[in-house]
Amino acid sequence: MTFLSYLINGLSLGSIYAIIALGYTMVYGIAKMLNFAHGDVIMVGAYICFYAVSAYQLPPPVGILLAMVVCTVLGMVIERLAYKPLRQATSLAVLITAIGVSYFLQNSALLLWSSTTKIFPNFFVIPRGAETSTGFSLFDGQLNISYVTVVTVLACLVIMLALTWFTGNTRMGKAMRACSEDKGAAQLMGINVDTTISVTFAIGSALAAIAGVLLCSAYPTLSPTTGSMPGIKAFTAAVFGGIGSIPGALLGGLLLGVIEILAGAYIGTQLQNAVVFAVLIVVLLVKPAGLLGRQIREKV
Amino acid sequence: MNAIKNLNKTTRNNFLTYGAVVLAYAVVQLLMGSLSSSLKGMLVPICAYVVMALSLNLTVGVLGELSLGHAGFMSVGAFSGVTAAMALQELIPFAPLRLTVSMLIGAVFAGIAGFLIGIPVLRLNGDYLAIVTLAFGEIIKSIINNLYLGLDGKGLHFSLLTDRTALDEDGLLIIGGPMGIGGIQRLSTFTAGFVLVMLSLFIIFNLVNSRTGRAIMAVRDNSIAAESIGINITKYKLIAFVTSAALAGAAGTLFAMNYTTIVANKFDFNASILILVFVVLGGLGNMFGSIVAAAALTILPEALREFDDYRMLVYAIVLILVMLATNNPAIQGFFARLRGARKGAAEQ
Repeated sequence: MTFLSYLINGLSLGSIYAIIALGYTMVYGIAKMLNFAHGDVIMVGAYICFYAVSAYQLPPPVGILLAMVVCTVLGMVIERLAYKPLRQATSLAVLITAIGVSYFLQNSALLLWSSTTKIFPNFFVIPRGAETSTGFSLFDGQLNISYVTVVTVLACLVIMLALTWFTGNTRMGKAMRACSEDKGAAQLMGINVDTTISVTFAIGSALAAIAGVLLCSAYPTLSPTTGSMPGIKAFTAAVFGGIGSIPGALLGGLLLGVIEILAGAYIGTQLQNAVVFAVLIVVLLVKPAGLLGRQIREKV
Repeated sequence: MNAIKNLNKTTRNNFLTYGAVVLAYAVVQLLMGSLSSSLKGMLVPICAYVVMALSLNLTVGVLGELSLGHAGFMSVGAFSGVTAAMALQELIPFAPLRLTVSMLIGAVFAGIAGFLIGIPVLRLNGDYLAIVTLAFGEIIKSIINNLYLGLDGKGLHFSLLTDRTALDEDGLLIIGGPMGIGGIQRLSTFTAGFVLVMLSLFIIFNLVNSRTGRAIMAVRDNSIAAESIGINITKYKLIAFVTSAALAGAAGTLFAMNYTTIVANKFDFNASILILVFVVLGGLGNMFGSIVAAAALTILPEALREFDDYRMLVYAIVLILVMLATNNPAIQGFFARLRGARKGAAEQ
């Protein structure tokens, strides 16, 4: 039973990683860049929601929506100002710029919201008389599942289905796939590459806002560096599943989350990260393009 | 003057780089009396970061593989080097010699780590290689954070996760897990740093301008073409990677011996990124650029002290603007014309 509860915790954490990994993987698929600032967009989203709900007394759904809007705009502005001028530059130059943006967001947050850790409220509660209930138990109280966990896993599934439908059936989604396949050819077919990249950043950033709120609801501390470690882990998850692939991000995220929680439970929290990264290395050595990545053989 | 002109371009550039480093050392030594104490305290870290940037440039610029875990090798070098210095305290009483031996041991251990990591890592390429180096950097950090190592009359004892070293009464716990190493004798000096920078430059320049170096660059430019003319790709990749790791290890020892305590968390992902920023800003494959960028960007946050809370924000903005400016076609064209004009004037 404890194993089952670890597994459920792992799936919940993995769902958050998967949502973040989607942002990385979509941007990578289309713009061929590692957007290191993505983790910090998560942090911004969580702060916006936190202040909307605790300082302005807005209802939580409005807070989440507001966070999504702010992050979407932020993502598009970052893309327009920092990444678009570098479309022709080397990938390393873009990487360093992304790191600059990441520092910028972290330090802006530090100045705006101070370094004091905020305790994030748990929105996912059901009032039951005088008390509020944060979860339910199964098997005579042997297994406790919180509502956050349920909402997180459901949100992840809904987002995944919606994105799969979006990239498969809409005009913009098809344009995205075309751009990730061959940008030059897509442009010749009349696809506006700039708009497509912009929309990709917008979607990725909106997802980051959701991930930020879910992350902070499950692990209720919020500081300007909250986003960086989940960001790195989610990026790892994206590579794990095969970067550029949407189902790969889901698979990679879930596996990484489960491995992390199980390693923490059975080996020790100090070596948790080491185990996660060791598994990643082994997987990449066996399947160098990730679990669901396409192995492209170079022809001469 | 003519003799300098007649040298080929690479040799001339290399000598200019050596000259610039010697000049910088001489100027700093002359001004030593008038330097502020905070700047004086930064001299050794600057040297360590310069060597880190040079060694990473060997991997990223010359070998052409992105490494995001370079601080891991610095960490291995720092911890093994300092451990050696503490263990050899009575055997080698002469401090500069003990520092040299420690740096050598740090370099050897980091080189071994580089070899072990390099074998699997170098089979991958591009972003996958980058993420695996990141992973190894984090693993090294986690392991050292949980490593306990002590010394007593019977020799070295170590354990993972919890302190099970069971030392004798007169034993000394050197690495204390998350506490790192405490009570380090601060052996590092600016002169030692300068010597290490010169030595790194010498090793890198001679490697790059040799048959081996040309093979490494051939692998970078087109690995398939290089393989087809009989270059053993894995071997040359490993040579570059291990050299880079060993230099980073020596720099790690130098860095650690400048402080009384050192913890593994200091060598995290952010430290690796910081060094990568030096390399990219200085120019890939450009060793002089790495030196200038490492020195300037280590001093910059200090120089921005008057901005106080805003200094890291300013640092971020400067970083973004520099990247945008150096990749702007208009500005690039301007410099290209400037260079063209100078060349034209020289020919007339």
